[in-house]
Amino acid sequence: MAGPQQFCTFYLEKYLFGIELLKVQEVIQQLELTEVPLAPFVVRGLMNLRGQIVIAVDLRRQLDLSDRPRDRPAMNVVVRAGEDAVSLLVDDIGDVVEAGEETFEPPPETLQGRVRSVILGIHKLDKQLMHVLDTDRACAVAEHEQAAVDR
Amino acid sequence: MADDIVREFLTESNENLDTLDRELVLLEKDPQNHNILGSVFRSIHTIKGTCGFLGFTKLEKVAHMGENLLSALRDGKLALNSEIASGLLSMVDAVRRMLEAVETTGQDGESDYRDLIEKLTALQRPSGGGAGSLAGSNEETDRPASGKNSVGGVAATNTNSEIRDQSPRGSAGAVPGDPLQRRDKRGFLEQGKIAPDEGARAREMGTGTIRVEVGLLDRLMTLVGELVLARNQVLQFTSSLESASLAATSQHLNLITTELQESVMKTRMQPIGNIWSKFPRTVRDVAMNCGKQVRIEMIGQETELDKTIIEAIKDPLTHLVRNSVDHGIERPEVRVTTGKGAEGCLTLRAYHEGGQVNIEIVDDGAGLDHERIRRKAVERGLLSAEKAAQLSERDAVNLIFMPGFSTAETVTNVSGRGVGMDVVKTNIEKIGGTVDVQSTAGTGTTVKMKIPLTLAIVPGLVVLCADKRFVIPQVSLIELVRIEGSQARTGIETVHEAPVYRLRGRLLPLVYLEHELRLERNSDRAADDAVNMVVLQADGRQFGLIVDEIRDTEEIVVKPLGRRLKSLKTFAGATIMGDGKVALILDVLGLAQRASILSEVHDRAVDSCDSENREKTAEKQTFLVFAGPDDARMALPLGALSRLEEFPASQVEKSGMQWVIQYRGQILPLIRLSLILEERRRRPRHGQSPTLPKDSGSIQVLVCNHEGRSVGVIVERILDIVEGQADVKSPATRAGVLYAAVIENRVTELLDLGGILTIAETSWEREEEHVKVGG
Repeated sequence: MAGPQQFCTFYLEKYLFGIELLKVQEVIQQLELTEVPLAPFVVRGLMNLRGQIVIAVDLRRQLDLSDRPRDRPAMNVVVRAGEDAVSLLVDDIGDVVEAGEETFEPPPETLQGRVRSVILGIHKLDKQLMHVLDTDRACAVAEHEQAAVDR
Repeated sequence: MADDIVREFLTESNENLDTLDRELVLLEKDPQNHNILGSVFRSIHTIKGTCGFLGFTKLEKVAHMGENLLSALRDGKLALNSEIASGLLSMVDAVRRMLEAVETTGQDGESDYRDLIEKLTALQRPSGGGAGSLAGSNEETDRPASGKNSVGGVAATNTNSEIRDQSPRGSAGAVPGDPLQRRDKRGFLEQGKIAPDEGARAREMGTGTIRVEVGLLDRLMTLVGELVLARNQVLQFTSSLESASLAATSQHLNLITTELQESVMKTRMQPIGNIWSKFPRTVRDVAMNCGKQVRIEMIGQETELDKTIIEAIKDPLTHLVRNSVDHGIERPEVRVTTGKGAEGCLTLRAYHEGGQVNIEIVDDGAGLDHERIRRKAVERGLLSAEKAAQLSERDAVNLIFMPGFSTAETVTNVSGRGVGMDVVKTNIEKIGGTVDVQSTAGTGTTVKMKIPLTLAIVPGLVVLCADKRFVIPQVSLIELVRIEGSQARTGIETVHEAPVYRLRGRLLPLVYLEHELRLERNSDRAADDAVNMVVLQADGRQFGLIVDEIRDTEEIVVKPLGRRLKSLKTFAGATIMGDGKVALILDVLGLAQRASILSEVHDRAVDSCDSENREKTAEKQTFLVFAGPDDARMALPLGALSRLEEFPASQVEKSGMQWVIQYRGQILPLIRLSLILEERRRRPRHGQSPTLPKDSGSIQVLVCNHEGRSVGVIVERILDIVEGQADVKSPATRAGVLYAAVIENRVTELLDLGGILTIAETSWEREEEHVKVGG
């Protein structure tokens, strides 16, 4: 891949994550969610995004992090995944960051758990490490349910 | 760019192939029809010409052989027989397969169809043309073409072609066998690609249509849905402000939006003829296979249905048509001995009725042998012998829809594998339709389907459970039951932990929505709260769904849940409500399966006892009992009723001399029984203008459906729903009443819906005259 890539960044707890900017449709504040009974754990609900019904996936749950405190509103990073749009619930939105191939590294061997399967690798930015999210995996819901059953 | 051409070619060729199928079957019936022959020839030729240009040589070769054969036919060197027709049809199939290959791989496939080409070549021989018909066809085309060339110079040589030359190009293209047409053909050969493009354009302009991608229409639909929501919000906002101009503007917006929504809905409608057009070919093939002669007749091809529904009923319909030919219609020799014509007739009929589309598949075959069906059902262990014996003829015939049932003596490659009818039924029910079969031994079988017009917008009932909103599609809804007071605690009993409710003497299994969906509740419900029950039907079984609260019905726009949540069988989709929030639509079938109302073993037991119950209700009927004018106890069969509604009296408006009310986007005429029915106590009536009980605040209306028309009957009070035997009858004493019967030990008059409608209509006319004379 030639040239630096642009990433939309956001925070989950203290960690910095990035999604390829081209995959992001929009970033919006929390909308009202309609819970879906019996849905997989990572699915927080459905929301009405200007007439389109979009499924909201909580990235904290997707990454096995503890739930966000109730009084803390989430931000939505709406990404295009396949035919549908999926909204990823995150804590805070960061800047758009440019990073080239030279700073990229695959996930370290010691990284275990769900995080490893959801990220493509790490960009070593000046001040911080940025986890590059695998959008398709991050949006997957059925798989996680299966994993939850296995555990 | 090249891709575009190929795609265009594919779309056009596929359309051509569909036409070919139809026309070849027609041609077989009427081999002398040169118009059809010319049209068939042209279709093949267009395909051949274009694929030659695009370099699909195998495809071109096959089409070419077909063309040769056709040209021999056209020149009268050969006479069309069924063998040749089969050859041509298999050529069409081969072309279709190759087009599929082109679509997926970009190439016209591996097979070179040698067998087919040999067969097609062989078919040309009997006429003894010998020299090869290709030469013949060239000769044929050259002749008129040169005739045309001469037109410019010596007009007198061929007056005919001159006259035709002056006709507009578009219409000339539509006349087969025309000299211009043949020049066209030459044009194809010489110029390859330009000619078919021209042809396509002429065709499209001729019918005033354009091709639009379905995806675009879907997007339009979504946008309109959004607009409807925005409109609702604007309307809400407007009502809180006191501005006349804003109110007028938003009213305008309201009207436009509604109209736009309807128009966009219409773009998704397609005539059912689109899928029927394939059936003549299907019928012909199946009939040939089993040595039968079958004619197909189609009535109401123009009946329109939503595209998604058309897709959904395509396979079930095809199955039913094949079945009718394979099993329904007898062999010619059998038909002749029973005094019928050797040729059987299969009729497809479609028509709108009461917001639904009815589709009938009628054959004039042997009919279903209900005794044999009973025997088979017992043999296959579907139900016990005594139960089978108790079934009415009609119910017995409907046993063919049970899983694992097939009466075909021999399994043919067409049907009789024991799958089929139950799949047909399931598929039709999945889209909210019903299917029913009626048969008379010796005279034929009729399969009747009722299908909703559209899936995109459906009426739904909004219910609340644990503070969450859910929508239940109206098609699955049977009735609503509210159990109040002490009944709420004692009315629900249990059979081995399974809650049931006695609904008119029958045990109705109950399902608690909050348990099935594992909903969490913030506060516990008070024990003596009224119980709200929605009686639902799934796959022929009924159950009661307990919810917290029942709200109103709404027209909802169904949106799919998407690939990620498809595994959730309890939801059929989601919708956006008036307040902009998302609500889930319950999938009644999925819910019933989750609650084990419909398990495999259970299934059959319930089904057979359900049939038994249906048997009983065939004698007994379910009536709605209500108080008519002067407290007369009256009843209507439940089947005649669409809904019960309560309207504020202030909503009633007047249209001419008729009382009407706006109801679900329609104007519902209202009938006041007190004006229609002859009164039991004589009271002066003339000169008295009908008034509404403005003081009482609301009116009770039975929304009835009579022969496709909706009408509201205003009654005093709704009393009950009872199951009764209306066997003790006495003749009616007044017009508008069918008869009087004893229902639940009380004399009750049965309303004659058709009768009161007629009386109402004449009275409206009379009132109008009265007003004219008086004014």
